[in-house]
Amino acid sequence: MPKPITLKDHYRETRVFARRAVVSIFVVILLILALISRMVYLQILQFEKYSSLSDENRVSIEPVAPTRGLIVDRNGHLLADNRPSYSVSITKELCPDIEDTLLKLSRLIEMTDSRLDDFRKRLAQRRRPFTPVAVKFKLSEKEIALIAVNQHLLPGVSLGANLVRHYPQAEALSHAIGYVGRINEAELQKLDATNYSATEHIGKTGVEAFYEDRLHGQVGFQTIETDARGRITKVLERTDPTPGDNLQLFMDLNTQLAAVDALQGRRGAVVAIEPQTGGILALVSVPGFNSNLFVTGIDYASYDALQNSRARPLFNRALQGRYPPGSTIKPIVGLGGIETGATTWDYSIYDPGFYKLENDARFYRDWKKWGHGVVNLHDAIVQSCDTYFYELAFNMGIDDIHDFMAPFGFGKRTNVDLINESKGLLPSRFWKKATRNMPWFPGETLITGIGQGYMLATPLQLALSTAILANKGEKVQPRMVKAIGGLPLPTPDVGDPITLKNPDNWDRIIEAMRDVVHSAKGTARGISKDLPGYDLAGKTGTAQVLGIKQDEEYDADKIAEWHRDHALFVGFAPVNNPKIAIAVLVENGGGGGSTAAPVARQVLDAYFESLQQDADVPTTRAVQAP
Amino acid sequence: MSRYDFQHQLGSSHSPVTRRISLMQAIHLDAPLMGGLLVLVCVGLFVLYSASGQSMDTLMRQLVRITAGFAAMMVMAFISPRTYKRWTPWLFGIGLILLVGVLVTGTQAKGAQRWLAIPGTGVRFQPSEIMKVIVPMMLAWYLAERALPPGWRPVLLSAVLIMVPTVLIARQPDLGTSLLIASSGFIVLFLSGLNWKYIAGLTAAAVPAGAGIWMVMHDYQRQRVLTFLDPERDRWGAGWNITQSKTAIGSGGWEGKGWLHGTQAHLDFLPESSTDFIIAVLAEEFGLLGVCALLMIYFAIVARGMYIAMNAQDTYSRLLAGSITLTFFVYVFVNIGMVSGILPVVGVPLPMVSYGGTSIVTLMASFGILMSIHTHRKLVST
Repeated sequence: MPKPITLKDHYRETRVFARRAVVSIFVVILLILALISRMVYLQILQFEKYSSLSDENRVSIEPVAPTRGLIVDRNGHLLADNRPSYSVSITKELCPDIEDTLLKLSRLIEMTDSRLDDFRKRLAQRRRPFTPVAVKFKLSEKEIALIAVNQHLLPGVSLGANLVRHYPQAEALSHAIGYVGRINEAELQKLDATNYSATEHIGKTGVEAFYEDRLHGQVGFQTIETDARGRITKVLERTDPTPGDNLQLFMDLNTQLAAVDALQGRRGAVVAIEPQTGGILALVSVPGFNSNLFVTGIDYASYDALQNSRARPLFNRALQGRYPPGSTIKPIVGLGGIETGATTWDYSIYDPGFYKLENDARFYRDWKKWGHGVVNLHDAIVQSCDTYFYELAFNMGIDDIHDFMAPFGFGKRTNVDLINESKGLLPSRFWKKATRNMPWFPGETLITGIGQGYMLATPLQLALSTAILANKGEKVQPRMVKAIGGLPLPTPDVGDPITLKNPDNWDRIIEAMRDVVHSAKGTARGISKDLPGYDLAGKTGTAQVLGIKQDEEYDADKIAEWHRDHALFVGFAPVNNPKIAIAVLVENGGGGGSTAAPVARQVLDAYFESLQQDADVPTTRAVQAP
Repeated sequence: MSRYDFQHQLGSSHSPVTRRISLMQAIHLDAPLMGGLLVLVCVGLFVLYSASGQSMDTLMRQLVRITAGFAAMMVMAFISPRTYKRWTPWLFGIGLILLVGVLVTGTQAKGAQRWLAIPGTGVRFQPSEIMKVIVPMMLAWYLAERALPPGWRPVLLSAVLIMVPTVLIARQPDLGTSLLIASSGFIVLFLSGLNWKYIAGLTAAAVPAGAGIWMVMHDYQRQRVLTFLDPERDRWGAGWNITQSKTAIGSGGWEGKGWLHGTQAHLDFLPESSTDFIIAVLAEEFGLLGVCALLMIYFAIVARGMYIAMNAQDTYSRLLAGSITLTFFVYVFVNIGMVSGILPVVGVPLPMVSYGGTSIVTLMASFGILMSIHTHRKLVST
């Protein structure tokens, strides 16, 4: 038993307990008051803050991307549309083991290490819980199916869809339509941030870039209520986006495809223009590339391959390629010679195969070693006699040549509705002085007369000048787009027509061009065989790539392919009522008559076939694509 | 020893002998306490219905637990305080053995070993939960035999009695429960008249102790403390819970958004909305008025509990009743304090309201002991 001192004093204990109990109750009241003040602080004093935080939590304004306008050809064939693209994402909070899930995913679908690293980087970023992070974009149907079937083994993995630009004829139209790509930093600076708040892609080249503002449309907005997992529980308010306008091009898809087909395996360009309207029926640069690759982001290896290919598939030859036009300009130079009085239709020369200037030791050689004999202007065009044009150019002088050719569109941008057009070069005394600080030499006039030397033109410029010739001086504005949102664009005014002192000269020069194809001596006579119900006027051209030294002969077989001549052809058809003007360029193709003219023939055949079908079944000309 | 108790009981102002024995007394229930608990449980069910997304299923399961809780309460109320006192040291011993058992064989859940499976039954329970009652019982048992206020020796031994289960539970690790159990033991010491000097000393020792606890803490526990100090430092991570619960409470305003209209809980922004954070649902839907009303119910229960303690007839009963009552309030305070962001998130359910089994049954059982203490008085005095 304990010592007596420890005897309990029950009365005292009760009193002590009672006091402590009262103290406790007092403390309890204090703590309750503390809780209440905390609640007053949160619910009354900070009410505004937490109330708006709560609303921000659940209500957010979300921009809704407008659907990009479709692009169709003149017959309503779809050239660019929008297709659902699927991506696979992982929601961290719903996924028990990220690495394990990635491993399982990579067994199902192909995934590169760089893609996985990129995903891990994005996953590590701070974000709202339950936000899915995309692992792979643009899944194939097989991949979608594989993931969908195995979904139960992949908790936290989800499939998402959004609309992505798609080009059904990507390779054939890559240089005409262009492509869209992800908006980059520089573009972001210039864009209307609100209108593009939900947009991921922007037109980068071609029609897609030029008509970006019309194709894009107006952004819409919706006020949504979301739960903590980011699921939309309610749409509180919605302003629908205005879809972008659909574009209808002048292009005839059949003609375009025929041109691509005709240039298959070569490098070159075809531009075909409707002479009445300036509408571009075909704009082809071969090789092209698969523009769909650029939409969701091209991988480095593919881009590198495109960029470094010697065939330069990314280079738009039709618009940016600057080539010596060669003999294709002879009809216009000849017309200029008549107009300025430097020659007449009756004037003939004897061509010994070369031309010589006084005080110049150089031989200006004809392409035909032994010469063409006695030729007048008509013959000189039909047979493409260089000697005649050396003399004509000499008589005309560089100033007259420049002044007469400029209205045909040489040396300046055509202002076609495409971006990054090249100006070409129409040389003049003034130009040479300004850029090289050198005087103009007479010899330079001679070679300008046969489209060599300084002169450079794009295939588009050649097609335009041919269209103006076909129109007998009536100028047109080359353009891709025919109608926006179903409304035809007005025909732009491009200034007064080119007038000749004697308008009959148009007919005589066209007659000469007709004989280039249809006469026995014509340089393009090879393509006149079995023409299906139309005739055509044309002119071949062969442009030197490599300077040929004096007394040296050009032998195509001995020269490396990259140094062979460029083959050219310009023409229009039918002769009396031109429906199409065309320019063909085949890089290092050799002779214009042998290589470029057959390309033109194929394209023209395709176009007239299209026209025939339209006439047969007019109802096929649907403006709206499906 | 206990025979000395009779002296003062005979002198009490009540004259129970002449009173008619009511039905409630016959089954050893205390009507005011019972009433308070019923109101609390009903309020809790209302809030739970909303917090669970109007799940009738959840409500039914909670109702089953409450029924089980009331059954446990009635059983506990029927047993006399003397029996509890007799069994206290044995219960404490068994409790410690179970706690050691948990550490050796316990079932893992969310990285902590808290559960012990009863072999062959598939039933598992948390020994730490029953220690919430046993530790104050043990302290009351020990101190009731000593001269009070206790001298330094009994205080020291009491401290050991508190620390052993506290450390065992902290090792599980379950810091929240261990601190609550320590506080329930400390409350017994306090009520027994612990010298204010010791209390001051203990407060002074809390600083180095806190540093010591920090050293042995698990990483997730440290995270919780850091996030408590500044929830914004990890808004999307560990701070998410507290940011969202404060938003829920704050957006309630005076009157709240209305029953079933709280957006924070219903859109899943509020985590654990049915369990630990259920007060945020009440605060969001019923506003400041709702919270105050709930606190008043709690206060009524605490007041009745303290009344029972003050009228208990022996030291063991007094200390035990006082500790049970005040520990109940500590739970309330810690939970609401944590949800409203003035205390760290320790994982304490809101008594009688939060969804969850063990907590309700243990609490009801301890209220059963309170009722037993109150309703067995007359039997003792006759």
